[in-house]
Amino acid sequence: MTTFAMVIDTRTCIGCGDCVVACKNENKVPAGLNRDWVVEATRGEYPNLETEFRSERCNHCSHATCVTSCPTGASHYWKDSNIVLVAAEKCTGCKACIAACPYDARLIMHPDGYVDKCTFCHHRVDQGLEPACVSSCPTHCMHFGNLDDRDSIVSRLLRDRRHKVLMPETGNRPHVYYLT
Amino acid sequence: MIEEVLATARYNAKVDPSLGIWTWEIAFYLFMGGMAAGIMLFAAWAVLGSRRGTLPFAHDRFALWAPIVLSLGMTTLFLDLEYKIHVFRFYTSFEPSSPMSWGAWVLVLIYPLMVVQILSTLRDGYPVLAGWLERLPGGGWLLDICEGRRRTIAWLVVPLAVGLGIYTGVLLSAFSARPFWNSGILGPLFLVSGMSTAAVLPLLAGVGGGEKQFFERSDLGLIAIELTLIALFLISLATGAAQHMQALHLVWGGEYTVPFWLWFVLPGLLIPLLLEFLALRGNRLSGITAAVLVVAGGFMLRYLMVEIGQVSTWNDYAIQFDPQLLQRLMP
Repeated sequence: MTTFAMVIDTRTCIGCGDCVVACKNENKVPAGLNRDWVVEATRGEYPNLETEFRSERCNHCSHATCVTSCPTGASHYWKDSNIVLVAAEKCTGCKACIAACPYDARLIMHPDGYVDKCTFCHHRVDQGLEPACVSSCPTHCMHFGNLDDRDSIVSRLLRDRRHKVLMPETGNRPHVYYLT
Repeated sequence: MIEEVLATARYNAKVDPSLGIWTWEIAFYLFMGGMAAGIMLFAAWAVLGSRRGTLPFAHDRFALWAPIVLSLGMTTLFLDLEYKIHVFRFYTSFEPSSPMSWGAWVLVLIYPLMVVQILSTLRDGYPVLAGWLERLPGGGWLLDICEGRRRTIAWLVVPLAVGLGIYTGVLLSAFSARPFWNSGILGPLFLVSGMSTAAVLPLLAGVGGGEKQFFERSDLGLIAIELTLIALFLISLATGAAQHMQALHLVWGGEYTVPFWLWFVLPGLLIPLLLEFLALRGNRLSGITAAVLVVAGGFMLRYLMVEIGQVSTWNDYAIQFDPQLLQRLMP
């Protein structure tokens, strides 16, 4: 299994939201729906506050509960990798996958009704390109690559920098990493 | 202190601000599924116990209600699908890790079993229907076969109906992403609740004598078991990890405390328990009232479970975006 990962540096992310706009443009996401979003997390007590921006999306988990809960096989892994996709032609809109995602990363594409989500821009990855959000980031805080390749930018960053994933305790083995 | 705010607009329909993908349609389906399982079990129980003399309704007539009840539930399940035209996709693959896939395929077994269960007592329970069927070619032969294997059919009904009843709970409990649902007790709880709602149907249908007493006594026992299971369910949340304790708070001091206790536990379980005691002492009116309350309580249990489970989550983002602003931009 090829493990693709996104590594986002929270130290250089300024929360501009360009990744969100790039995704909407690239994937023609309808108005009112979002495949990615930015969270501003503030911790501490005034005046000792610390803020981090996190560009969030589907975590493309290697143990994705959305895939295991899908009754029709519509939710699936792309080309023996961890990229989780939805085959619209198999989706009934039962919404089990939405309930199964602890990150609430899925959405319903109205008016058709099939379920949609971040695809890591697999159509671009297939051509050797980066996902649209990564390529549009003005601060270059987002990186994408193959974790199985020790020399890839994501492998090197995770080797060198302190990092975290969101809610590892869900057991879903997410693959969007945040440098802290 | 940690405060996590969505800095960009995100207001995905039925996902934000909290999950609201499933409403009354799913609750009604789970309710009807449990009730159908209960009906099949009581009908099978009467046959296996050779109780035709003492439980004539359960033995001969009750089984016919099961497919009607289940089909009503299946209708609302279909209504809930967002992409209805793809409903056939449930039957183009089998996904062993998905409870919903199991449910779809179990129904393929359940429906024919319901039919043969009905046929096994149709001549005694519904002679007019049996007469019509006998006029069809092979109809009499089919009735003979089913009657001859009445006990075998009843034995087959038991595991499948128990499976159907438990499945209605497992459908929710299998979602580890929703802490309020993620308890193995939900399966047995929904099975027992389904049997309880099935037990009061003959009372509403007006059965009398010993059969009335049997169903009142059965329901009394089932309500007592249901209360025990609810206590165990709450204990399992209270002794769970942080997100389970947070989920418990929703019904223990949080926003669903009043609906859970005052709309479900009190009128759906405790009051019927008291009324059924009185009914066993001969008060007919209290028996009917209890039966209506049990049915309403059974639905309320599913409705609240479906709703509260979706509110319980691992995420806790504050949303600043007002979706009405988007509407203003629309032409």
